[in-house]
Amino acid sequence: MDLELMINSFPKLLSAAVITLKLLSVSLIIGLFIGLFFAILRLNKNIFINKFAYGYSYVFRGTPLLVQIFIIYFGLGQIEYLRSTVLWVILKEPYWCAIIAFALNTGAYTSEILRSAFQTIKPGIIEAGNSLGLKKNVIFYKIQIPIAIRQSLPAYGNEIILMMKGTSLASTVTLMDLTGVAKYIISTTFKPIEVFIVAGGIYLFMTFIIHNIIKFLEKKYSFN
Amino acid sequence: MNIFKKTIFSVLLSLLVIGNVNADKIKIGTEGAYPPWNSKNEAGKLIGFEVELAWSLCRYMGKQCTIVEQDWDGMIPALIMRKFDAIMAGMSITAERQKAISFSQGYADEVASLAVMKGSNLEGLDTPAGINLTKPNAAAKKALKTLTSALAGKTVCVQTATIHQNFLDSGDVGSVNVRTYKTQDEVNLDLASGRCDAALAAAVAFSDYAEKSGKPVVLTGPTFSGGAFGNGVGVGIRKDDTELLKAFNKAIDKARKNGDISRIATKWFGFDASM
Amino acid sequence: MELLAFGDTGWGDELFYATLMTIAVSITAMFIGFLFAVIFTPLKLSKNKFLNFVANSYTTIIRGVPELLVIYLFFFGGTGAVMFVASIFGYNEYIEINAFITGAFAIGIISGAYSTEVFRGAIQSIDKGQFEAANVLGLNKFGKFFKIILPQTLRLAIPNLSNVWQITLKDTSLISVTGLVEIMRQSYIAAGSTRDPLFFYSFAAVLYLLLTFVSMKLINKLEVKYSRGY
Repeated sequence: MDLELMINSFPKLLSAAVITLKLLSVSLIIGLFIGLFFAILRLNKNIFINKFAYGYSYVFRGTPLLVQIFIIYFGLGQIEYLRSTVLWVILKEPYWCAIIAFALNTGAYTSEILRSAFQTIKPGIIEAGNSLGLKKNVIFYKIQIPIAIRQSLPAYGNEIILMMKGTSLASTVTLMDLTGVAKYIISTTFKPIEVFIVAGGIYLFMTFIIHNIIKFLEKKYSFN
Repeated sequence: MNIFKKTIFSVLLSLLVIGNVNADKIKIGTEGAYPPWNSKNEAGKLIGFEVELAWSLCRYMGKQCTIVEQDWDGMIPALIMRKFDAIMAGMSITAERQKAISFSQGYADEVASLAVMKGSNLEGLDTPAGINLTKPNAAAKKALKTLTSALAGKTVCVQTATIHQNFLDSGDVGSVNVRTYKTQDEVNLDLASGRCDAALAAAVAFSDYAEKSGKPVVLTGPTFSGGAFGNGVGVGIRKDDTELLKAFNKAIDKARKNGDISRIATKWFGFDASM
Repeated sequence: MELLAFGDTGWGDELFYATLMTIAVSITAMFIGFLFAVIFTPLKLSKNKFLNFVANSYTTIIRGVPELLVIYLFFFGGTGAVMFVASIFGYNEYIEINAFITGAFAIGIISGAYSTEVFRGAIQSIDKGQFEAANVLGLNKFGKFFKIILPQTLRLAIPNLSNVWQITLKDTSLISVTGLVEIMRQSYIAAGSTRDPLFFYSFAAVLYLLLTFVSMKLINKLEVKYSRGY
């Protein structure tokens, strides 16, 4: 066990972990809005809107994240027309391509989580809102959304952790996140076990923190 | 539990391929994605300078060879894991790699160069035609200075775990924004799409890409050899495989004497890149 | 569309075989995952604190670390790891491993961690009364397990196992480092050769969607079959 390598690579891996966290948080925030948007679309009575939202979530959950990143980064980068538009400023950067892919992906899973949370809200609560004379909008924003969010916490916590693992795919499009740096160190030192322990350890630590934050939020906002 | 264990194990075992200890058959690993050194034709068959050279060397060694494809970043571990017995994949002989595996004598020179798209402001740098970094002379040092200021803050793309990446990371050209990719193809794609200001790889890799894709890729700056770029390309062999190493070295000597290496090199590179 | 032609000029046949490979690796990995689950689920449910710890470490670590790292570890630390596992069974000779097994095993370990959690949850939600009834009937350990517990576990587990299957299927896209030619790798090769990444990666997405769609139909049938009588 090469302890020296583990100690030497720790700071490099730690600063790469910061990039992972940045990718994670930006993707989650954008993804949350996308998810909320599509969840609402899914609840819509219009069959076309409904199916469209279902289609989006089916495609992004049914294909590997790797394919999604590759299409956005390499596929879109190939289109000459795109390269001459303003969009290229964003698509040129691997960072934004990764964020777009991650956000769309987590958006799909989030929309499913939120949709199922909305659908399990007891109708009685909405009726109560109606009988209080509240407008439909108000019921939606002040009653349904908060309840749905509280209901989704366990499943969404899981999604956050899955997304954190997903950010490791940023390493396939040149971004030097935690996994990217780990892969680099492994392929130059041929000491996979030591690097895995350190990099894996950092991921587990982040998972641990996120898991506990979610547990805390669950307790704080529980209905008991 | 014992019967259970044995069942699981025999199932696994039956799916494994037990190593072939026949010394007259060897497998040679190559990337298949680094033309003109090694690549694949339309039918998916492995072709290239090293593929042809491999057949020639195997004839001299009197061994039956199969050529196997392997991703670049898993090349050395695959050799160590006995997926194949030798590496012929445009792999330069460097001190770092020699820590993990042995190399035969070099059979060809890989001369590296920067490439940019036509019209880039990095075109036509004022540098000598070629510099050697093992013992850099004054001209070489001056060239490095020119490059450092030209490349400052620019994005240069390279294939991961290559001598090219080592060079950029070494600081010899100052601090450059290095982007690493899994294959040379990806490097070429991003160079052509404008995501990279420049790219660094074997000069022939770029000329091959320019020719096949028709994209206006031009070489710029000096050609590099020596130093971080290693001492030529050799056959990678497991450290404990001393017999095979001897066999390859003998075969390379014969192939060189008979002019085979020069002939095959000229065919694929357009010039004699043999060592 | 001629890019997809079968035969020498098009990539259709290569992609077809790649799809078969994806299916083969996924099924093998799922099966290997079940083997792991069969070993680790009892460990998780055992009263022995140490065995608990071992099983929990397995599921926590494998589910908490990115698949790419696990695959990289496995591929780069590969032979050593397998030979180590084999030596537990008393086999100390050298083993040469082919790419298929390496890839399937790497994904299998990951799949197994998820499957273990699914089985654990399923067994824990079986009514205690079933265990008692099995004991009352005088069945031995094997009879109890295979005739009473296992069928009910399967029924409860199938919905979640279908999720594990989805995860396993998509994870196969990550094993290109082992050189296995599955969908992702073949698309990669085709995209590189034709310089048309957009077409081939989009087509790869279509292939995965197809596999997902067909899987869902088949799994629904399974769910119906195992829910008979409820």
